[in-house]
Amino acid sequence: MTLLYTEVEEELRAAVRDLLADRCSPSAVLGRVESGTPYDAELWKTLAREIGVAGLLVPEELGGAGASAREAAVVLEELGRAVAPVPFLASAVLATQALLTAGGEAAGELLGRLAAGEATAALAVPFAASPYAPPAPAAALGEDGTVTGTVRGVIGAEIADVLLVPVRLTRGTALCAVEASPAGSAGGTVRVTPATSLDLTRPIATVSFASAPARVLATAGGPETPWVREALLRGAGLLASEQLGIAEWCLATTVAYVRERRQFARPVGSFQAVKHRLADLWLEIAGARAAARNAAARLAEAPVAGPPGDDAAVAVTVAVAVAQAHCGAVAVHAAEECVQLHGGIGMTWEHPAHLYLKRAKADQIALGTPGDHREALAGPADLPAPV
Amino acid sequence: MTWDEASVAERAAAFLAAHDPVAMDRLEFLRARFDAGLAWVHFPEGLGGLGAPRELQAVADRELRGTPDNQPGRIGIGLGMAAPTILAFGTDEQKRRFLRPLWTGEEVWCQLFSEPGAGSDLATLATRAVREGDEWVLDGQKVWTSSAHTARWGLLLARTDPGVPKHRGLTYFVCDMRAPGVEVRPLRQITGEAEFNEVFLTGVRLPGALRLGETGDGWRVAQATLMNERVAIGGMPVRRTMMEVVADTWRSRPELRTHDLHQRLLRLWVESEVMRLTAARLREQLAAGHPGPEGSGMKLAFARLHQELSGLEVELLREDGLGYDDWTFRRPETVDFLGREAGYRYLRAKGNSIEGGTSEILRNIIAERVLGLPAEPRADKDVAWKDLPR
Repeated sequence: MTLLYTEVEEELRAAVRDLLADRCSPSAVLGRVESGTPYDAELWKTLAREIGVAGLLVPEELGGAGASAREAAVVLEELGRAVAPVPFLASAVLATQALLTAGGEAAGELLGRLAAGEATAALAVPFAASPYAPPAPAAALGEDGTVTGTVRGVIGAEIADVLLVPVRLTRGTALCAVEASPAGSAGGTVRVTPATSLDLTRPIATVSFASAPARVLATAGGPETPWVREALLRGAGLLASEQLGIAEWCLATTVAYVRERRQFARPVGSFQAVKHRLADLWLEIAGARAAARNAAARLAEAPVAGPPGDDAAVAVTVAVAVAQAHCGAVAVHAAEECVQLHGGIGMTWEHPAHLYLKRAKADQIALGTPGDHREALAGPADLPAPV
Repeated sequence: MTWDEASVAERAAAFLAAHDPVAMDRLEFLRARFDAGLAWVHFPEGLGGLGAPRELQAVADRELRGTPDNQPGRIGIGLGMAAPTILAFGTDEQKRRFLRPLWTGEEVWCQLFSEPGAGSDLATLATRAVREGDEWVLDGQKVWTSSAHTARWGLLLARTDPGVPKHRGLTYFVCDMRAPGVEVRPLRQITGEAEFNEVFLTGVRLPGALRLGETGDGWRVAQATLMNERVAIGGMPVRRTMMEVVADTWRSRPELRTHDLHQRLLRLWVESEVMRLTAARLREQLAAGHPGPEGSGMKLAFARLHQELSGLEVELLREDGLGYDDWTFRRPETVDFLGREAGYRYLRAKGNSIEGGTSEILRNIIAERVLGLPAEPRADKDVAWKDLPR
């Protein structure tokens, strides 16, 4: 296990970065967030089909690239650095992980479509859900095989062709696949209502199912939804790499600005009051890089979830929780420093700093808050709470 | 020859076959180990090494585990700072004279850099060295000198030319701590004990052969020493971490736990795990031949974590935190940050952000050398040292 980047990973990074430099500049992203179609479907198509990022986590026998969490993490670093409005995390990480955990033929067939970039999926679970306390399914499967219910705060739903919905059964739970625009269905509907979102580059939506035709992919006997828990946990571990990319952009952009910006007849970056804050931020980011790499490496080592509580599962949980507890706060801190150290310009709509601040703050809540992740460490670290 | 794991192990085995660590006198054994090139394998042959890659030292140490060692805790300054500096800048004669007794622990070393008027701004130091024939005569005062009272030799930086800007008028010496005019006085610190000393130099005469590097080139030589100091402090191998100490207190005293302390403890546990991973990543970069700039940040992170953890432990202990183990004015042989009680750890940790480069100076270094931010405007750059305002 290495915490460095391999050559293959650096090549993948370069390909993604080149494409984003060309198609996803800060001004392009700023223009898009007000366009009414916040997700960039064309850019996503290129990423998914030409660079092949959609199938990174999908095994080769199912039509994917058979890569690992390490490669997906590098892609997320670059997408974070560009606050790219594409559904990689929603479809190629969260939905893909849920399908991989579900297993079976129907899930496999769907994974093949996702990997090929023929379809995009979203996991109909609130983005704010914590992997340590996954919400009970908000929808139910009727006796006629249709799904009814409403889920709020879902990412990537507007651009999804397929929605993966955890549902209640009379006894137990199931994971269902619902087509976003059911063809020839008998009156069933899926309605995706965009919410006015804090994060302009990855908005959330409310998804309502009314007798929507569904395919059952997997079932569980108890109240738990293992596909959701696994997707949230692994998603949280990979989100740390996105947060790293956000923080790196914020630091680099701020450093470049304070070197140029002059007040009192000298660059503001020559004042120790400014320098020391940036040095501290740099150190936090060096830690974020190590923690995010460690989470990705641990996830790559254990691509299939073991039984909860076994050594490998605990190692994964610790790596993910440490990465999220640290990186979530680092991205927010970096974005806040970026706004502050740009002075007045940092408060303008025109400068892209706010896009990063909004993404970083939303990411901090997403897939468990830093506090949720810290609490999850009390057991593995043997630091029991007061009784 | 090119050394690898097998050949170093073989050499160690051959050495052990010829030198019985139980029967032999401890010092003779260490001298023989040095002469066999198994002291520090990355040093040149004839100077305690084999000219082998540094990472093969672990192989030699493993093969010789359980044999008499050189008590590295007692001679840390010699091993960590003096040896690399002498190797880089010493004459052949100096290397032959100093390195062997340094490594065996026969001769303890100390560092005579800081002065009452020169801390973070070390280059402004005022101790004078004046040439008289083949000798140098030293006058001045040094401070924060650990091991000065046990040291045979000191790494000393002195001003030889006050007429040029401060960085250019310095020369590096090996100070004979037994020379007349060297006076060592203990310096009591906030923990009650005296790890450090003040060293007064009055008309101390050093032969020319004790100059290390060229006259006027002292700043460059000192940089090598200081770089090794920060590496030594940031990467010090520890038996236990401060986190483990505080965690043990938490586990053994359930009646002291509160929700507030629990939240803060978990936050620090995450930080210490992040620091561990950062250090692990840094070691990987070094091994791959790409030393990352993270090194300059490790000491900064270590200091902050130590201070926060030790402060939390005292607070956690409540009534017991009001006590202190011992204020006796003592001179410890070695420093163990964790060896005493919580109050000592709290007070000693305050030094972590001051010794070996303050955290403020380290932040400047990161900002200027890693991030490329411009330096503060300086009043002392092109002015002769003697004309600086003071």
